[in-house]
Amino acid sequence: MASSTPSSRLSFRRRFTKAFRGFREKGADRLFLGLVGGAGISVLLLALALVGVLYYTATPSIRAFGLRFLLGSTWNPAAGVYGVLPFVFGTLITGGVALLLAVPLALGASIFLTTQAPLWMRRPVGTAIELLAAVPSVIYGFWGIFVLEPFMRYSVEPQLRIYLGWTGLFDGTPIGTDVLTASVILAVMVVPTITAVSRDTLSAVPAAQKEAALSIGATEWEVTRHATIPYARAGIVGGIILGLGRAIGETMAVTMTIGNHDAIPTSLFSQGQTIASLIANELLSNTGPLQYSAILEAGLVLLGISLSVNAIARLLVWKVLRISRGIVE
Amino acid sequence: MSSVKLTVDHLTAFYGENPAISDISLEIPDRGVTAIIGPSGCGKSTLIRCLNRLHETVPRTKVEGRVLLDGEDIYELDPVRVRRRIGMVFQKPNPFITMSIYGNASAPLRLNGRLSRDAMDAAVVHSLQQAALWDEVKDRLEAPATSLSGGQQQRLCIARALAANPEVLLMDEPCSALDPVATAKIEELVKRLKEEYTVVIVTHNMQQAARVSDFTAFLYLGKLIEFGPTEDLFERPTQSLTEAYVTGRFG
Amino acid sequence: MTFDRLARRKIFSHVVTVLGGLAVLVVLIPLASVIYTAASRGGSLLLNPAFYVKLPPLPCSTIACQTVGIGPAIQGTLILLGLSGAISTAIGVSAAIFASEYRTHGLGQAISFTADVLTGVPSIIMGVFIYSYFALYDPRLAFSALTGTLALSILMIPIVIRTTEEALRTVPNSLREAALALGMSKWRTTVRIVLATAFPGILTGILLAIMRAAGEAAPLLFTAFGSRLFFSGVNHPVAALPLLIFEFAESSYSNWIAVAWGATLFLIILVLAANVLSRLSIQRMVRRMGGR
Repeated sequence: MASSTPSSRLSFRRRFTKAFRGFREKGADRLFLGLVGGAGISVLLLALALVGVLYYTATPSIRAFGLRFLLGSTWNPAAGVYGVLPFVFGTLITGGVALLLAVPLALGASIFLTTQAPLWMRRPVGTAIELLAAVPSVIYGFWGIFVLEPFMRYSVEPQLRIYLGWTGLFDGTPIGTDVLTASVILAVMVVPTITAVSRDTLSAVPAAQKEAALSIGATEWEVTRHATIPYARAGIVGGIILGLGRAIGETMAVTMTIGNHDAIPTSLFSQGQTIASLIANELLSNTGPLQYSAILEAGLVLLGISLSVNAIARLLVWKVLRISRGIVE
Repeated sequence: MSSVKLTVDHLTAFYGENPAISDISLEIPDRGVTAIIGPSGCGKSTLIRCLNRLHETVPRTKVEGRVLLDGEDIYELDPVRVRRRIGMVFQKPNPFITMSIYGNASAPLRLNGRLSRDAMDAAVVHSLQQAALWDEVKDRLEAPATSLSGGQQQRLCIARALAANPEVLLMDEPCSALDPVATAKIEELVKRLKEEYTVVIVTHNMQQAARVSDFTAFLYLGKLIEFGPTEDLFERPTQSLTEAYVTGRFG
Repeated sequence: MTFDRLARRKIFSHVVTVLGGLAVLVVLIPLASVIYTAASRGGSLLLNPAFYVKLPPLPCSTIACQTVGIGPAIQGTLILLGLSGAISTAIGVSAAIFASEYRTHGLGQAISFTADVLTGVPSIIMGVFIYSYFALYDPRLAFSALTGTLALSILMIPIVIRTTEEALRTVPNSLREAALALGMSKWRTTVRIVLATAFPGILTGILLAIMRAAGEAAPLLFTAFGSRLFFSGVNHPVAALPLLIFEFAESSYSNWIAVAWGATLFLIILVLAANVLSRLSIQRMVRRMGGR
């Protein structure tokens, strides 16, 4: 009959259903774990496959040239000689000049936005700067061809030649399609990255540090210079290097404005080629398996450079976050 | 006995629409220690931050009333100049993290122009001595400020504030983040500092106020309840609220 | 401590402020120029409804040239984004859930790290990878919507993983513990409670990834390859807006260049509007959820 202990209150049927559902839940749990775990593992496999396939396809070239590939400055498909140096130079020069142009502007803008600018301005202007990053690379390239190149060719480069020609950096006839123009576009594309990271790190400076500077009678700029910027220093540098990483990998805008000349640029007005633009130009129009393999090897070099630069950037930003968390307890 | 250094005249300070302190008037005497006490949230920190114009650096704040330093309203003067004359030490020690001990102690001097290396060294030694820190750091001046203990960092902040050569030193609960030994050292320091400076100290510790100050102001819910010589306020308070607080019945 | 030194310091502070403001203006000039150029050169084409549905014109440079349309490119972009969006959401969100909710496995950290690393890979390398893989194993499929989708997915998955992880991290642990304490199974907790709470952030991440992929031409150069015809199956090349812009911009035909400007304006409006709108709507969504 009905006794009042809980276990006998539940009918056998109910107990069975409950246990079954519990078992099913466990099974569902395991299935779920399997699914998400599988997705995770597939991401890892993807990364490995990427490096693996590239390496495999590049092997003929690696075996044919060895170290000469990395140090050779001749890229001559007709003669079957391939050296990646011109493109490494092209990549680093355009990246470097881009940083030279972008860093002062980005830092100036981010310092202005986090310290001096009136509050109502900060969000909209910040958004506008981030929109710079949303414009696709191919559109920057298109604009580069029709707006920037004429501007550089007729207004800027002749002046540079006149006033700074003595440096030897501005030799050759300016035709607008050159390393300099490509660098300018890269600078535009890289400014939002640097600005965003700088703004983040500058805002993370604790108010206590700024108030300390104020309390000894510092002006606004002095607070920024002596308290805010030193504190955010590592993060800002990390942001700059992150920007360099972005510039190194850019393809479309560079391909459309750099002139596509497979040699080490001798002046900022030279036409040049980055590894990325090399791949875009010559991967499909190649003269045979060796060139194809060499282009893939160049791709591996690009991958190596990008990953190293990004790793350094992340280490720096991570270090700043660790310091700020460790001390501001 | 002594003249008046700072006069607070009908001071009201707002965070947004809310007044954190209302209509406060008192006179802070020169070369003495004045304590500001009261339960949490009574507006002590707000009051002291109005005295060196730090309150207004927070967005959406407003200040009404006057604060007279030697008769001049600091709200009519250049805030940067005001803060050179009225220095501050904060609740949590905040030395400049990226600077050395020497860098921190010399920061106010470096802001205002080139001093010769010798002159700066002498000034740094003097400030560190005034802050009773010199003996502990004299052989590691280039060490980062963060290598010091909490109490030492606070004394470094005091040295830094003194290096600016202020007339008034504001201290916002300077010992609340420190252990009793460090606290005792700083209380000792304060008693010496009052010979040269006007000190205003906010504290939530009544006994500290009794130990260290000559005058005490008691604040409650943003209003000044009572102000007078410390001994009088603690032993013969005129307001029942004051008496309730100092006898520990709330707060 | 002279007084005119202080005056000098203050003037310097003001000068710095002005320079900072100038920097902001200079930085925004290219953005304004790009938008203006696209609008002035492509605006008239967008007013013609045929522009969005017709095939591209034959190349020509005389006055009476045809300038419609970009139908295949719009269709191709939508198809590619739809497919790669689905793939990258499924894999990316799942992988992020694994990395963040089942963190006791060291695998989770490896996945996070890998996603981080993958975001630094240049987008053209992703296209090269897919192309070289298919060149080895099935060259007939090398130029197809399939490979284009795969290349874009590789681009999008790391972005989705990172933004999803961020969103999951903002869900307070107390919520998870409360659900588990009530006897909810792990998977139900994760889906019903955690995912639901992190939903706005996850959605933003997916939209971000899609908008990024919408403008990418590099990964598609050797995969989707581009086409002047409408979609004809995942095993054939497919058109895409960025590819069309690239091809037509570099041509020497004036009508193709005009079409490219129209496509540019269309793409810019799409990407910028989506960017701004998603920010606003996510904010509203978060506010509504927080208000509960």
